[in-house]
Amino acid sequence: MFSLTLAETAAALRKRQFSASELTETYLAAVEALNPRLNAFITPTPELAREQAAAADRALAAGEAGPLAGIPLGIKDLFCTKGVRTTAASRILAPFVPPYESTVTEHLRRDGAVFLGKTNLDEFAMGSSNITSAFGPVTNPWTRPSDAAPLVPGGSSGGSAAAVAARLALGATATDTGGSIRQPASFCGVAGIKPTYGRCSRWGIVAFASSLDQAGPLARTVEDCALLLNSMAGFDPKDSTSADRQVPDFAAASRRGVKGLRIGVPREYQSDGMPPEIAALWQQGLSWLREAGATLHDVSLPHTKYGLATYYIVAPAEASANLARYDGVRFGARVEGEDLDSMYENTRGAGFGAEVKRRVLIGTYVLSAGYYDAYYLRAQKVRALILRDFLDVFRDVDALLTPTAPSAAFAQGERMDDPVKMYLNDVFTVPANMAGIPGLSVPAGLDARGLPLGLQVLGKPFDEETVLAVGAAVEKAAGFAALPSLRAGEARP
Amino acid sequence: MALEPETVRRIARLARIRISEDELPRLLGELNGILGWIEQLQEVNVDGVEPLTGGADMALRLRDDVVTDGGIPEEVLVNAPDRAGAFYAVPKVVE
Repeated sequence: MFSLTLAETAAALRKRQFSASELTETYLAAVEALNPRLNAFITPTPELAREQAAAADRALAAGEAGPLAGIPLGIKDLFCTKGVRTTAASRILAPFVPPYESTVTEHLRRDGAVFLGKTNLDEFAMGSSNITSAFGPVTNPWTRPSDAAPLVPGGSSGGSAAAVAARLALGATATDTGGSIRQPASFCGVAGIKPTYGRCSRWGIVAFASSLDQAGPLARTVEDCALLLNSMAGFDPKDSTSADRQVPDFAAASRRGVKGLRIGVPREYQSDGMPPEIAALWQQGLSWLREAGATLHDVSLPHTKYGLATYYIVAPAEASANLARYDGVRFGARVEGEDLDSMYENTRGAGFGAEVKRRVLIGTYVLSAGYYDAYYLRAQKVRALILRDFLDVFRDVDALLTPTAPSAAFAQGERMDDPVKMYLNDVFTVPANMAGIPGLSVPAGLDARGLPLGLQVLGKPFDEETVLAVGAAVEKAAGFAALPSLRAGEARP
Repeated sequence: MALEPETVRRIARLARIRISEDELPRLLGELNGILGWIEQLQEVNVDGVEPLTGGADMALRLRDDVVTDGGIPEEVLVNAPDRAGAFYAVPKVVE
C-alpha cells in the first residue's frame, strides 16, 4: 500500500481494492510508529482521519466520491483547521484552536481528503531547516550512509516534506514565502510546487509575509502535486489577493511533454561556489529536456544576486506587522506584567523564539522613522527590477531550469551559528517569491553521499501547466527511485 | 552603519519584545551581520523605478459592503481568555 502514489491509490480506492478506512488505519499506524523518531507531526488527528475515511468510504460506495476521496494527507500546522489546534510551531499560539477552516483545507475536505494530522514547521514558517520550531526539530528520514548524524529536512515545510518522504502521508499541504516548499522538497527527495501568487487562497493561513506567502502541495510525484493543486487552488473572495481565474486541469498538463518548449538557462545561477555535483546534475537535467524535445537558451536575470537581500527586508518588514497581533490580549499565550506594556513585552519575549525575534526586530528597524526609504522602499524597487528580469526573459522562453538549493540536506547543528549563512539556503528559490511566479522542485538525483538533490523549474505567472510539464519530463528522465532509510514498511493492515 | 546597543533596545521596545541584557550582545552581533549584508542593495540603480508592493502587480478588489457572516458568538468566543456573558473580556488596553 505504501508503494502506491497518490494517483495510484485514488484509482485503487475506486476499484475497491482496499477501503479508505483500511488505508487510513495503515497510515495512522505508520505515523504512530515513526513520528517519535521524525517529529514530523505536531498534532496527529487520528479521530478526524477515521471520520473522514468513513465518510470517504460511504461516498465511494454511493459513487459520489470527490477526486481525493480517502487520500491521507498531512496539513502544515500553519493552516487553520476548525476545532484542531493550530500552532504555527510557536509557543505563543500553542493554545489556539481556530473556530474556522482555511480555504485551502476546506477545498481538500470538499474533495474527500483525510487529514492525518498537523505537520511540524519552522516557527511562523521562518527558517530553512525546521530547527526553529517550538515543538522540536524534524529529522530528515534520509541519512548519509557514512554516518548516523541526524539531518535537517529543510524548511519551513520540513514536517510536511519529511512525512511525505517517509511515507507517513501521500501528500501534504505546505507554504512557500522564500523557498519553504521547494527547498525541503529537494532535501527530502519529494516533489513540491509553489504556484503563482494568488493561485491558492491565503485565507486562514497564519500570515508571515503577506505579499510573498503562497500555499502549495508536496507529494511523491509531479502528477500527485498536480492533483492536489487542482483541489487547493481557486478563487476565494475572502482573500483580496486571490486570483479570479479558472483552475486548469493541472494533472493533464503534467502529462503534456516538453516537445518544442524553449527552456531558459539563467547564467546568474551559475557561481564558482556551486558544488560540482549540483552543477553536473543541472547540466544533466538540461540534457534530459533537450532529449525530450525542448530547446535550451542562455538567458540573463541580472538582479538575481539581490534577491535574498531584498527578501530579508521585505519579509521581516511584513512579518513585524503581521505578528503585531500576537500581544497576549485576545487569544494565544499571555505572560502577565506590572502594566500593559510589560505584559506585551513579557508575552512576546517569552512567546517568540530567537529567529522570530530577530526578524521582527529587523522588520521594525527597516520600517522605523528615518529608515523606511533607505531600506523598505528601496527593496520594493529592487523587487520591481527582479520581476522585470523574469518578464523580459519569459518573452523569449517558456520556463527556466535551475538547481533548487545550493546543497543537499545538512546535519542538525550545522550552519546554526550565523543567520546569514542559513539564509543563503534560499538563494535559488527566493527570486520566484519576489516576482510572484510559479516554481517547482523535482527530485533529480543523489549526491556523492547518497542524499537527494532537486532541480527547480520556474515559469510564467499563472502558467503552472508548463512548469508541471517540464517538471514531469525531468522526473521521467531522472527515474528517481531511491528511498530514505527511514520509511513506512509494506505491512498490510 | 552598525547598530548601537541603545538602538537595539529602542527597536525591541517599539516591537514590544522583552530583551534581556544577557541576550543583547549576541543579538547586536546578529542584527549587525544581517543589516551589513543587506547593505548591498545600496549599489543597485533604482532611479525611476516604481516600487512593487504586491506579489503579482495586481490591483486590490473591493467587495460589496454587506454582512456575510455572523451569529456564531460561541465560536467567536472559543479562544477568549475570559468572557462576561456573550462578550470577550480582556485586560484594559486603553490607559
